This record gives sequence, structure tokens and C-alpha cells, in this order.
Amino acid sequence: MSPYEAILLTIITASTPLLLAAIGELVVERSGVLNLGIEGMMVMGAVCGFAAAHVSGSAWLGVIAAIVAGIAMSLLFGLLTQTLITNQVATGLSITLLGLGLSGLIGSGFVGLPGVQLANVSIPWLSDLPYVGRLIFGQDPLVYISIALTVAVAYVLSRTRIGLIIRAVGQSHDSAHALGYRVVAVRYACIAFGGATSGLAGAYLSLVYTPQWIENMTAGRGWIALALVVFSTWLPGRLAAGAYLFGGVWILGLYAQAMGMGIPSQLLSSLPYVVTIVALVIISTNRRLSVINTPASLGQGFVPDR
Amino acid sequence: MQLILEKRPQASSLMNFLSPVLAIALTVLMGGLIFAAMGKPPLSALYIYFIDPLTSWWSIEEVLVKAGPLVLIGVGLAVCFKANVWNIGAEGQLTAGALMGAIVPIMLAEWQGPLALLAMLLLGALGGALFAFIPAWLKTRFGVNEILTSLMLVYIAQLLLDWMVRGPWKDPDGYNFPKSVSFDGWHLLPMWGDGRMHLGLVIALVAALVLFWLMRHTLKGFEISVVGSAPKAGAFAGFSQTKMVWFCFAVSGGLAGLAGIIEVAGPIGQLQPHISPNYGFTAIIVAFLGRLNPIGVIFAGILLAISYIGGEGVQIELGVSDKTTQVFQGMLLFFILTCDTLILYRLKWVSSKTKNVSAGETL
Repeated sequence: MSPYEAILLTIITASTPLLLAAIGELVVERSGVLNLGIEGMMVMGAVCGFAAAHVSGSAWLGVIAAIVAGIAMSLLFGLLTQTLITNQVATGLSITLLGLGLSGLIGSGFVGLPGVQLANVSIPWLSDLPYVGRLIFGQDPLVYISIALTVAVAYVLSRTRIGLIIRAVGQSHDSAHALGYRVVAVRYACIAFGGATSGLAGAYLSLVYTPQWIENMTAGRGWIALALVVFSTWLPGRLAAGAYLFGGVWILGLYAQAMGMGIPSQLLSSLPYVVTIVALVIISTNRRLSVINTPASLGQGFVPDR
Repeated sequence: MQLILEKRPQASSLMNFLSPVLAIALTVLMGGLIFAAMGKPPLSALYIYFIDPLTSWWSIEEVLVKAGPLVLIGVGLAVCFKANVWNIGAEGQLTAGALMGAIVPIMLAEWQGPLALLAMLLLGALGGALFAFIPAWLKTRFGVNEILTSLMLVYIAQLLLDWMVRGPWKDPDGYNFPKSVSFDGWHLLPMWGDGRMHLGLVIALVAALVLFWLMRHTLKGFEISVVGSAPKAGAFAGFSQTKMVWFCFAVSGGLAGLAGIIEVAGPIGQLQPHISPNYGFTAIIVAFLGRLNPIGVIFAGILLAISYIGGEGVQIELGVSDKTTQVFQGMLLFFILTCDTLILYRLKWVSSKTKNVSAGETL
């Protein structure tokens, strides 16, 4: 494998968990809900995925367990913010704090144990093509799932009736309610979808990226995914581009560290966080870009007028 | 029969007081279930967790030492959240304050005396405030959401501290351990009791009382409430949203920075890669549990401090993971938010029959 292939491969591996978590949150935010609990749902997905895979020996069972864990956490968030109409910012934070704690508790028995790695796809002949074979046809299955999900979300949001309803609910929940759409139900469904992809993103970390359980192994990726959604101005295509850009920055830092160019490793490790802030500033200065697509009801609770 | 939420005509002040009590009860109940699920006797585990820390003077001192930074950061965040400014990067501001304050003992080691200590504390507060000005500036100048920026800065501050204690500020005689020189003399806070209680606790108490006075008896306090709960009314009254953001980040960042330098000049006595068991995040829970009221925050800080000591207790005595602390803290915030719904809404049983009748009437 040539160095350029190796670098591209690692960039895709670093980007996929960001893309998975962010594409779910994009749908959640398009429906007018701000879920700051991604980090918590993701880390729960990581630990439950690892535990299920380790116990059963099947990586796919791990993936399913991670999705279930993500959905469970997201439904807690939904229960509070949709049914009990709590503050979404604070509730998201509580999901993150709870997730980080619970995952540590569940994972305390799994630290240092060998994990199960999700095997890469291998298509005879195609995967062996020079240069592009491994890159396009030999990734792990979740990479393809993440890309398929992005395309599906882009299609559903912009071209289907369901997407229209989701966007209506996010733009003006009162109007959507008046038209007879069940605002709370739509939002619950979107929140659960966000939980599922966050759980999947966690599974990616503990079953593919580093097949083991390390406490707090999400390392702020949930928050970066949130920033990505803002950066993408709620458009799936731009989101995917942003995710691969961020993955690139992450990997750039790692390679620079490995080469040891005399730059402190801490400075390179802080690169993704610095870039996140810079990206947010750039996108926020362009008011036109960010205002057009911002869901108008974002973060507001909905109480139907009885 | 169906359970619905009915909006109260007025926010219930009784529930505002009862909600944290209810939340604590629910947390204890769930905690018991979790202990039982882990195969530990729930009642004695809960006793070790919540009561044991209060049974000896030694552990009460430990609780107070942990409550100090929680109250100090918590009162600042209470002001922020009241004004609807979401600073969730207090952990980073704490780290920045510790770094800035440590300039005195590390770079000006010869300078001793009360003034040196005062300079440390002031530098600590300044460091925290300056670090908090980054998200404040980004929000007021570019409109960048402060939640994400303040949080990203936590990671950056922690990496900066890590680099400093492994690089420029590493103790030359420290056998290559990642730590700074040990502080001594006037670079440490005065201690008393069994040698754990320190001046920082008094500072935390004073900060809480001053902010209570500010919120209750000054125009600024009124401005904070108005801007937070009714931004449009605030704008009509001539209150500036921009100035409010700067004010909130200055207060909460400064107090978090102060908590940081107090930790390293108090219980820790040097700089090291980890100087806080997530005080900056736990203080968010403290602020909410304390009803965003500085006096309430004092009690909430003590309770959350117990959760730290109790967590260590069950770890030692029952051999469960020290992560139970974080789980309890997360559950607590979760249940407070749940119970807070009852401040604005009341639960009401509605039979499906009456619902139909009322629907008929409106038609």
C-alpha cells in the first residue's frame, strides 16, 4: 500500500464516526430539536457495542447493541424535552454527563480486554485493483453505511413528503400542528434516529477505530459532530465534506506527531478543537449562509394548545 | 384515563423549592436499584455513600474541601444560566486560572509574602476571566454559539496544562515526573483544622454571599433576570445583551479561574496534568440543583461534594467502580430537570370521556 493510500484510508476511518453522529443530529435539528447529548449517546454506544461483541464474539451483535443503547439514551432525552418540555440545552448536557458516567461503570469490567474487530469488506478482484481497490471496495461496512445514510438523509429531507413534514415541524411547530401533523411524534422519531446513528458512531470507535474499551474514548467527538452540523448549515452534502475535512485535520495531527517534527504533541492534539472553533467563526461570519437553513424553531419546546 | 400536563397560571414557588428534594429522593432510589443490580446490599451502600461522609469530623472536612470549588464555580454559572448565557467551559477556565496564578510560585519563586499570595489569587481570577473572554468575544463579535466554543476550549486548556508540566514548567528535580515545583511558604493558602481546610472555603462563601446580594438587591441583578427570562423586555428597558454576555463570562470565568488557583495553591500544592475531578462540569449540576440562587448553590455544592466522598467510600468498602460518582451526578441533573417541569405545569388525570366533551364544547 502506498503512503497516499494509507493516509486516505486513515482519514476515512477518522471521519466516519463524525459523519455518523452528525448526520443523525442534522435530522434532529432539522425537526427543531437541539440534542447536546451526542457525546453521551456515542460513548454509551461504544461501551455497549464493545461489551456485546466481546461477550458474544460477534461484532455485528455489538453494532446492534450500540444502536439500541444510543436509541435508549435518546429516548430519555425525548421523554424530558418533548413530553416534559424541559430545557433542551440542560437536558442534553445531563444526557452527556449521565452517558459518560454510566459508560464508565458498565465498562469498568472491560478495560484492557481484547475486542472484536468488524471485518473489512472484501470483494474478489475489485478490492485488489491498484490504487483505488482498497480505498473504494475494501473499507469496513460502516463506512458504506455512513455514506448510504448521508445520501438517504439528503434525499428524504429534500425530495420526499416525510422530509417536508420534518422540515415544517422544525421551521414552525405551530403551523405544522395547525396542519394536523403530530409535532411531538415526528420529533420523537427524529430524536431516536439521532440516537441510533450516535450509537453507531460509538460502535465505530470501539469495534473498528480502536477495537477496545477506553474510558471517555469519544474524546469530544460528539461535540465536534455538533459543530459540524452548524458548519454544514444543515445541508447533508456539506456535512459530509466537513466531516472528511475534520477527519483529515485529525489524521494530519497524528502523522505530524509520528514524524516528530519538534512540535509539542499537545499542540497537535489540540488541532481538531482549534479548527472546530475557527470553522464555527468562519461559518458564523457569513450570516446569509447560516440564517437561510437554520430551523426556525430550533431548541424550542412545543406545547400543543388544547 | 390519561395523564396530561396542564400549564399552571403562575409558576409554583412551592415546587421550585420541592423539586430538588424530589430529585434527590429519586436519585437515591435509582442509586439503590443500581447498587442492587451490581449485587451490593443497597441500603448499606447508600448509607456508606450519603451518610458515612458526615459521621466523622475528618470526612466532613473532606466534604467541605470539595464543596469549596463547586460553590465558587457554581455561583458564577448560576448567574450565567439565569441570564441565559451558556458557559459550559468552566473546567477550561479553572485550568487557565491555575496556570496563570502559578506564574508567581514558578517564575517568581523568590517573591514571598502576603502580597505574593494575593497576586496569585488575582492572577488566577484574571486567567479564568481572560480565557472566558474568548467565547464571549466570539459570541458578541461573530455570533458564534458559546456552548460549543467554551467546551472546545476545555480540551485546549487541558492540553496546554499537560504541555506546561511536561515541558517548560517541569520540576527540574522532579525525577522526570510531569509536575511543577512544589509550592511553599506564602505560595500556599493558609490551612487549618487537620491541615486540609483552607482559605479557599472562606472565599467561596464570600463569593456566594456577594452574588446573592448582587442578584437580590442591585439593578444588575434585576437586569440579569430580565435579560435571561424576557430578552425583548430587556432590550426595551435598554439592557444590552452584548454587555450581559461579557459580564457573565467575566464573573463565571473569573470565579472558575479563582477556584483553579485555589486548588493548586491549596489541596494540591503544585501543578500536575490533572488538577480537577471535573469540578467545572459538576458545578453545572450544582447551579441547577441550587435553583440558580447563590444561597441554594452553597447547599447544592455540599451535596455534590458528598457524592464525591461517598463515591470514594463505596469504592473502598464495596469495591465498586469510582464511576458511581459520575452516574449519581448525571442522574441528579436528569431528575432535577424532570421535576422542574412541575414548577410550570401540574400533572392532571384526564379521562378520555371528559376530553371528548371539552373538545365538543369548543366545536
